[in-house]
Amino acid sequence: MPTIDLETASLRDLNQALHSLGRDEGGELWEILNPRGSHAVAVGVDAPLEISVHGSVGYYCGGMNQQASITVHGSAGPGVAENMMSGSVVIKGNASQYAGATSRGGLLVIEGNASSRCGISMKGADIVVKGDIGHMSAFMAQSGNLVVLGDAGDALGDSLYEARLFVRGSVKSLGADCIEKEMRPEHIELLGNLLSKAGVTDVKPEEFTRYGSARKLYNFDVDNADAY
Amino acid sequence: MSYQTPRTTPRKSATFDDYTLSEIRRAASTGIYDIRGGGTKRRVPHFDDLLFLGASMSRYPLEGYREKCETSVTLGTRFAKKPIELKIPITIAGMSFGSLSAGAKEALGRGATIAGTSTTTGDGGMTEEERGHSQMLVYQYLPSRYGMNPRDLKRADAIEVVVGQGAKPGGGGMLLGQKISNRVAEMRTLPKGIDQRSACRHPDWTGPDDLEIKILELREITDWEKPIYIKVGGARPYYDTALAVKAGADVVVLDGMQGGTAATQEVFIEHVGQPTLACIRPAVQALQDLGMHRKVQLVISGGIRNGADVAKALALGADAVSIGTAALVAIGDNDPRWEEEYRALGSTAGAYDDWHEGADPAGISTQDTELMKRVDPVAAGRRLANYLKVMTLEAQTIARACGKSHVHNLEPEDLCALTIEASAMAQVPLAGTGWVPGKTVF
Repeated sequence: MPTIDLETASLRDLNQALHSLGRDEGGELWEILNPRGSHAVAVGVDAPLEISVHGSVGYYCGGMNQQASITVHGSAGPGVAENMMSGSVVIKGNASQYAGATSRGGLLVIEGNASSRCGISMKGADIVVKGDIGHMSAFMAQSGNLVVLGDAGDALGDSLYEARLFVRGSVKSLGADCIEKEMRPEHIELLGNLLSKAGVTDVKPEEFTRYGSARKLYNFDVDNADAY
Repeated sequence: MSYQTPRTTPRKSATFDDYTLSEIRRAASTGIYDIRGGGTKRRVPHFDDLLFLGASMSRYPLEGYREKCETSVTLGTRFAKKPIELKIPITIAGMSFGSLSAGAKEALGRGATIAGTSTTTGDGGMTEEERGHSQMLVYQYLPSRYGMNPRDLKRADAIEVVVGQGAKPGGGGMLLGQKISNRVAEMRTLPKGIDQRSACRHPDWTGPDDLEIKILELREITDWEKPIYIKVGGARPYYDTALAVKAGADVVVLDGMQGGTAATQEVFIEHVGQPTLACIRPAVQALQDLGMHRKVQLVISGGIRNGADVAKALALGADAVSIGTAALVAIGDNDPRWEEEYRALGSTAGAYDDWHEGADPAGISTQDTELMKRVDPVAAGRRLANYLKVMTLEAQTIARACGKSHVHNLEPEDLCALTIEASAMAQVPLAGTGWVPGKTVF
């Protein structure tokens, strides 16, 4: 069980050690101690590892992750799991702005709240937030699923493409071209699987409302100009 | 015989000229702003307004065909473990697959590789064609992050964080539905046929303090191997350059308003941003003030057409230049051989700029499978290589005439200006005088 203490080891040592592993080398649990808000912790990893970070992290923790399962026992700064390709990132505390920005695959779970622009420009990942999310979340989100057990702030899903949004609580306001949509059986099934993957057992998919793109801004029409 | 009152000649307004009138009628009939490709078409002070002085009594020249004049340049010496070594001080600017056909991207890669320089991806991810045919490939990191993935990041030779571009500082990309083919849509994770408008700000950082952390992340992901460029449009060149250095750039790419775009609003292209000539000295000044001139390299783009432009940009303090529009012309853009087809589209060879419509007769700015066959990547790549070599020979000719054994030894002292405007912008004396407006007393 490799342990890297960021009080004595540098960030470079940490990431280099993680990058030195082959794409198939895995199974081990890596413990990272004393992150103390460090930026870029465990970024660009491409191996099937378990990584446990004991404390809060700064910007971009787990950025561009592939395969690894990263758990942060603390809170995360801006851009956690940005552009994640696969694997998972679990934040036990809260997450700052742009959580899961442009993420393409894998699962991001935030057990607390996420700030503004959660899931901005997401391109295929699954994001589950157990608390609330801030304003402008899922802005220009292209693909993937954003699940929110709590409430959403202003302008949810502004200029949304094909991502699916599921919110259990209230939505303060919807952004341009984002509308409420019917929960069909396939959505109930999808959401049930996502909740189960995120370890949520006490909440039913039927409690959520689905939001998606009205697809009215996909092609320019001058009479929609005041929507921008 | 009756006396006829003399009539004045019909006179058109300089303010409401034919172009303006046609644009008002077009806007009134369509309800949408004019969108086009390319850079500014208006006349702005440019390198043509500068002249080299050449050698004379106090300076001796180098022999044109015997004494060496070096042209190599290394980009990324500040932090990167693997800087880029170019044979010539001219690179190919970022242009996306999507805006250009795959064959055009391949041609750019082939031409650059023969000439010993780099090419650059664009707002649409990295294609196998361009990676395979580019010996040195710069990977653009853009607000949209279309096609962005760590594999491509790691197989790039450098990373260019795009903050802005000269044609539209403050604007995002635009690719209209006609060009969103299946392959383009898949690479960008978008529905086919939509009018794609990219974000203008990055999704996960705002401002130079955040960018510093973003660059740290990119360096950590790539194990500090790759040079990291920051590309800015010609907006506030002194501060943009200083802040790029502060944010940790190895290289600053500065693109003036003559720099092209695949598509944006005509009003944006013509009315936002500064001419290339006006951007260079403030950027160099910022580097000098920070003690970073030649340590952080400066690449200038926007309206570079020939070896004289290259030599002038270098003399004003740039380390290299980058070409986009000129490279497209070299591989066949706006070629008169397609004149009949340009006319059918309501344009003419040399003026065709409806690149967003995807109907380019030259087969370059299109995703139409038939039209794109008109670009032979091998032959077009060879033409680009020839053109790059000619530009380099021209720059060397001038440098030797000024007595320089490396094109980087050219300096402002080698120049004079033909106009007061150019003199003020380039901060070199007006020809025949010692006057630099804003610096010395006339």
